[in-house]
Amino acid sequence: MTERKALEALIGPHESQRLMTALQRGASRRDVLAMLTAGGMQAALAGSLAGTALSAHAQTPKRGGKIRVAGATAAATDTLDPAKQSNQTDYSRCNMLYNGLTSLDASLTPQPALAESFATKDAKTWVFTLRPGVQFHDGKALTPADVVYSLSRHKDPATASKAKSLADQIESVKASGANEITVTLVAPNADLPVILGTFHFHIVKDGTTDFNAGIGTGPFKLKEFKPGVRSVVVRNGNYWKPGKPYLDEIEFIGIGDESARVNALLSGGMDLVGVVNPRSLARITGTPGYAVFKTQSGQYSDLIMRKDIGPGANPDFALAMKHLFDREQMKKTIALDQAVVGNDQPIDPTNRFHFAGLPQRQFDLDKAKFHLQKSGVTGTVPVVASPAALNSVEMALVLQQTAQRIGLELEVKRMPADGYWSNHWLNSAVGFGNVNPRPSADILLTQFFKSDATWNESRWKNPKFDQLLLAARAETDTAKRKQMYADMQTLIHQEAGIGIPLFMASLDAHSTKLKGLSPIPLGGLMGYNFAENVWLE
Amino acid sequence: MLNRAIVVLLAQRIALAMLSLLAVSVVVFAVTAVLPGDAAQEQLGQEATPEALAALRAQMGLNVPAPERYLRWLAGMFRGELGTSATTQLPVGELIASRLPNSLLLAAVTALFSVPIALTLGISAAVWRGSWFDRVASAGAVAVVSVPEFLVATLAVLVFAVQLRWLPALSYVSDIESLGQMLRAFAMPVLTLCCVIVAQMMRMTRAAVIDQLEAPYIEMVRLKGASPLRMVLAHALPNAVGPIANAVALSLSYLLGGVIIVETIFNYPGIAKLMVDGVSQRDMPLVQACAMLFCAAYLILVTTADVCGIVANPRLRHR
Repeated sequence: MTERKALEALIGPHESQRLMTALQRGASRRDVLAMLTAGGMQAALAGSLAGTALSAHAQTPKRGGKIRVAGATAAATDTLDPAKQSNQTDYSRCNMLYNGLTSLDASLTPQPALAESFATKDAKTWVFTLRPGVQFHDGKALTPADVVYSLSRHKDPATASKAKSLADQIESVKASGANEITVTLVAPNADLPVILGTFHFHIVKDGTTDFNAGIGTGPFKLKEFKPGVRSVVVRNGNYWKPGKPYLDEIEFIGIGDESARVNALLSGGMDLVGVVNPRSLARITGTPGYAVFKTQSGQYSDLIMRKDIGPGANPDFALAMKHLFDREQMKKTIALDQAVVGNDQPIDPTNRFHFAGLPQRQFDLDKAKFHLQKSGVTGTVPVVASPAALNSVEMALVLQQTAQRIGLELEVKRMPADGYWSNHWLNSAVGFGNVNPRPSADILLTQFFKSDATWNESRWKNPKFDQLLLAARAETDTAKRKQMYADMQTLIHQEAGIGIPLFMASLDAHSTKLKGLSPIPLGGLMGYNFAENVWLE
Repeated sequence: MLNRAIVVLLAQRIALAMLSLLAVSVVVFAVTAVLPGDAAQEQLGQEATPEALAALRAQMGLNVPAPERYLRWLAGMFRGELGTSATTQLPVGELIASRLPNSLLLAAVTALFSVPIALTLGISAAVWRGSWFDRVASAGAVAVVSVPEFLVATLAVLVFAVQLRWLPALSYVSDIESLGQMLRAFAMPVLTLCCVIVAQMMRMTRAAVIDQLEAPYIEMVRLKGASPLRMVLAHALPNAVGPIANAVALSLSYLLGGVIIVETIFNYPGIAKLMVDGVSQRDMPLVQACAMLFCAAYLILVTTADVCGIVANPRLRHR
C-alpha cells in the first residue's frame, strides 16, 4: 500500500488512478511505460514509475475466489456460540461470522470495530458509541440492546461462558442512548477495550439462544456447519467495512495430524493451513508455490523454580539457573530460529508495553557457578518436563548438558502429556510450564504473577508488584502505564523464580496465491482473523 | 434340516454373544476407570482449578462412584439408550450414527478389493505350489504385511498426492458426487488397508486349498477328466470354505476398529478415531458404546463365517 502512496505523491492522484485502472484491466509494463511517456515523461523516470505502479497493483486486493483452510483441531464440541469457544477452530470460525466492539491490531492495541469510539475518564465508567448503519446477516439493524445482551450473558452462570472470569469485572452494561452504551466496571481497568476485542465478546442478536444459524454482523454468512467436520461460509454483501471481504467463500475443516495438514497443502487440496511444526519449514519453502507465514507472539515455556519448597527457596539457585540458559543455542536448535530470545520476564517484544530497556541476561557460566555455590545447593536436582509444555523436554535436556559444565547434576524427569497440567505442573519443585498468548499484559500478569493468583507458578509474593499491577490497570495515561509495566518486568526479571528463555512463534503455511496475511500476536492465522483480510491472486 | 442346524447354531451364538458383550463392557469400563484423570480434568486441561473441576464433575455426573456409574449405564443399555457423551453432551447414538456409515463404507470397499485379490492369489499359489509364482507371492505377502501401515500410507501420500498429484491427500466424504471421485478419494486408504489384510487371507486360503488338493477325492476328479479350473473351484474350494471364511472374518473385523492410523493420515471421519478421541478425553459412555460395537461386529462376522462353513459343506448341512 505504501507504493500506492508513493505513486500518488509522484504523479498525482488522478494520473495514478488512471494507471491502476489500466493495470486492473490487464495492462502490461510496456503499456504503462507507453502511457507515461505519451504524457511527455522521460524514459528513465517512466521506467521506475512503471515498476512502482506494478508492485502497487500486486498488493491491491482482488475480489472473488474460494479457499479451503485447515485448522489444527476438529471435534464434535465445535461451536458457533461466542461464549463457548474453546480452541483455534472455534475462534477462526466465529471471526468469520461475528464482530466485537473493538478489534486488536498488530500490537494488540484496541481499534474501533462495532464501536466507533470509546471514552472514559476514570477507567471505571466507559461510554461506547456504536457505529451506525450496521446490519446483522438477516437484515436487522445493530442496536444497543444487542450489545447489552451479548455482554451480559457472560455473567450468567447458566451460559457457562469461558470468559466468565473476565466478564465478572463488569458490573453493568446499559443502553444510554440511541447508539450508545455505558459499561460500568467493578474496579477501574484501562484495558476494557482490549478485553472487549477478544473472541468471546462477539456481538450477537438480542435474545439468541440457538447459535446454529450463526447470525452476526461479520464479513461472512454461514452456509453450512457440521461440528467436527467442516463449515462453509459465503460473502456478506452487506458488510460494514467497505470493500471487504475479498473472498466469495471459505471452507474450514480441522485436520488433527500435522503431517496430514502439510500434505494436504502441498498436494493442492488446501490453500491455508495452521499450526505447522518448524521441522516442516524446509519442506514447505522448498516446494514452489508455497510459503510459510510466521507470527511472533508471547507464547513461552518457562522453567519454574518454586520459592516455597525445594532448591528454589534459595534465591541464588534461581539466578544460577537463569544464567545457565544458553538462549541463542536453544533458539537455533530447539525452535529452529522460529522464536525470539526471552529475558526471564513474560511480556514479549510484540506487546506495546514491552520494556526494551531491560538489559538482556546473558549466558554466563561463571556467574551461574558463583550463584550456585552461594546458594549451597548440592546433589541431584530433579527437573520435570513434558511434551505438554511446548519444547520443554528439549530445553531441559540442553540445560542438563550446560549444568554439567558447572558441576550441577540435573535429572530430567519426562512426564507424559496426559494429565500433566493436573498432576505435575504446579506441584513440582522445579519444572516446566507453558503460557499461551494473552491479549493484554494485565491479564497475563494477573493470572500468573500476582501474589494470590491460582497460577502463580513460582509462589513469588511481592507486595510492590501487586500494587503496581493494580495501579497500572486503572491508569489511563499510556506513558505512565508503560513505566509501571517496565518496573513490573524488571521486578520479575530480577526476583521471580521463573526463567523464560524463548518466546515461540506460530507458523502457518499457505499457497503463494493467497495474499494479505499479516501477523497479529493473539495467535496464528492472523490472530484467527484472516477471513476478511485475505485475497486470492 | 438345513434350517435346524443353522438355527440351533445361531441361537447358541447369540447367547454366547450376549455374555461376551457383558464381559467386554465390564473390562473396558474397569480399564478406562483406572487410567489417570477423568473427563472433567481432560476437558479443562491447564485451567483445572479445584472449583472448576468440582463444578464440571457435578455437571457430567462424575461425582458418583464408579460401580454405580457402570450399573446406571447398563440399565440405560437395557432400555436401549446408549447414553450421553460426557465431553460433547450429544447423544452417543448420534455421534456414532454420523461416523458408522463412513467406516462401513471404507470397510466394504476394502473388502471388495482385498478378498478377491487374496482368494485369487491364495488359490493360484496353492495350485502352482512350489513354483516361482508361489514363492514370490508368499514372500511378497509377508513382506508387505511386515511394513508398518503408517509407512505405506505416508509414502503413498508423498508419491501419489504431493509429487504426482494424481490422488487427493485427504479422503473427503462430503463432496463425493461420482463413482470416479469416490474411487480417487478411496484409492490410497484402500491400498494401505489391503496391504495389511491380504497376507493373512491369502496364506490361509493357500494352506486350506493345498490341504484339500492332497485329498484322494481330488485325485478321483483328476482321473475323471475334469479341467484343473473345475477341479479347484467346484470340488476343492467348497470344502476349504470353513477355514477361509474364518480368516476372512478375522481380517474384516480389523477393518472396523483397527484403522485408526489410516483415519488419522487421511483425515477420514470414521469410528476408530472417534473411539481413540473418546479414550483420550476419558469419555466413558462413548468408549463403552464403541467397544460394544466392535465386539458385536466381530461376533457377527465370526458367526457368519461359521454359517458359511456349514452351508458350503453338505455333510454338515444334513447332520
